[in-house]
Amino acid sequence: MKILVPVKRVLDYNVKPRVKSDGTGVDLANVKMSMNPFDEIGVEEAIRLREKGVATEIIAVSVGPAKATETLRTALAMGADRAILVQTDDAVEPLAIAKILKGIADAEQPGLVILGKQAIDDDNNQTGQMLAALTGWAQGTFASAVNVDGDSVNVTREVDGGLETVKLKLPAIVTTDLRLNEPRYASLPNIMKAKSKPLDTKTPADYGVDTAPRVKVVKVSEPPVRSAGVKVADVDELVAKLKAMGVHS
Amino acid sequence: MKTLVWVEHDGKAVKDATLAVVTAASKLGEVHLLVAGSSVDGVAKDAAQIAGVGKVHVADNAAFGHNLPENIAPLVAELMASHDAFLAPATTTGKNIAPRVAALLDVMQISEILSVEGEKSFTRPIYAGNAIATVESSDAKLVLTVRGTAFEKAATSGGSGTIEAVSAGGDAGISSFVGAEIAKQDRPELTSAKIIVSGGRALGSSEKYQEVIVPLADKLGAALGASRAAVDAGYVPNDYQVGQTGKIVAPQVYFAIGISGAIQHLAGMKDSKTIVAINKDEDAPIFQVADFGLVADLFSAVPELTGKI
Repeated sequence: MKILVPVKRVLDYNVKPRVKSDGTGVDLANVKMSMNPFDEIGVEEAIRLREKGVATEIIAVSVGPAKATETLRTALAMGADRAILVQTDDAVEPLAIAKILKGIADAEQPGLVILGKQAIDDDNNQTGQMLAALTGWAQGTFASAVNVDGDSVNVTREVDGGLETVKLKLPAIVTTDLRLNEPRYASLPNIMKAKSKPLDTKTPADYGVDTAPRVKVVKVSEPPVRSAGVKVADVDELVAKLKAMGVHS
Repeated sequence: MKTLVWVEHDGKAVKDATLAVVTAASKLGEVHLLVAGSSVDGVAKDAAQIAGVGKVHVADNAAFGHNLPENIAPLVAELMASHDAFLAPATTTGKNIAPRVAALLDVMQISEILSVEGEKSFTRPIYAGNAIATVESSDAKLVLTVRGTAFEKAATSGGSGTIEAVSAGGDAGISSFVGAEIAKQDRPELTSAKIIVSGGRALGSSEKYQEVIVPLADKLGAALGASRAAVDAGYVPNDYQVGQTGKIVAPQVYFAIGISGAIQHLAGMKDSKTIVAINKDEDAPIFQVADFGLVADLFSAVPELTGKI
């Protein structure tokens, strides 16, 4: 089966985001950008499924500016076979992304779509579920194990309180959680090879999708700052502080 | 505005997370509840007692038994014909179902709201809580998930909701529940605990977590938490994890022990009322958010602390 792996270019997870002083957003000029960590896990899982003989072709997809090509090349260097960039300079919301992905799924007919559970910039945690709704396919969100068995897939999910396993009819949507796998690094030869793998460029209009935002960002502000604390000298002083707050049994 | 609140329950009792959602919904208008599941009469009766609740829609069907979104989302979408907003807790269950509902309704969801600013205006955290966005929806209907720690819990008594059976929906036939492994915990639930004792990678082993962290938590009647590093190293199960990708908590007191304070961890706990950090590295970022910091070796300081409180 074909596997579709949507990936997003985001602010690198090690960079501390800075809110712009005019309150219009987070400053993304001249900061390191990378593939969303949950999406790396998605690419890795797709490659592992190919190594097991389940997947035949892996298609990486990204919706974003021309620079998202770098993110797609990373996916190709990890092992994806080809890539599709749906190019737009607009900020696209999960619902519009899901509609674009539905268009691609209609054209490519994948057996699985593996997305990250959330992007670490917007922290929305919506796109996979929305794509599942639009395609009418089953969803296995927050996956920590994925086992394809004939025409169904068993997905173990990380839920509050523990784990849960569901059986989904294929085609299906899976969203990755951190524990699903440890993504591989792309080797230098593979990075070189990735440069010659096919990468198609499309636009949202090719899929008939209007990307006008439904939710307006009125302002972005710094979270409330915690007032500076104190360092205590020893355990006795800490105990005294805790007792003063009423924390003792 | 008529709101529909998803009641999260385990088949026996309404989960606490729902109560904060009721408070958020009451800021928007009339509060209706949806109790979906298999044999949920008891849950529905309890739900009707929640203060401020109007109608309680009860969808009793085996297909709704395990919160499968493929079965639940069409049911919610149908009920949304007569409601203006759907609200669910930002728990794994709520996050699984709500976006599927939003797409069926062709509206954008607003995730993990922290406050209600107006009829269609909300605040929510982005970038692991490093920024707060104020957003405004232009959709005809609202779909929201609610961060439980950001709203007071509605009282579980004093309400007089009317119970109404819903016959809609059924099994979509594309998914089924296979099984669950729920970690057994005889202590307060992490997301609603007043005190949390959390351990990090510096503990070095599962045995040390048991030996150092657990007795302090026992003494304080606290819930147990952990950083992702401690979870990845296998010291504790996944569901102990506090952070951007784990649970978001805001207890009265949060003890961060042997936790350096990476931004992903801070995202899950920096709204705690008081933060106590014990770490031997005096430059650890956790000290920048800690109200009380103790620079010390946790293996001697924590047992001493446990002995003295």
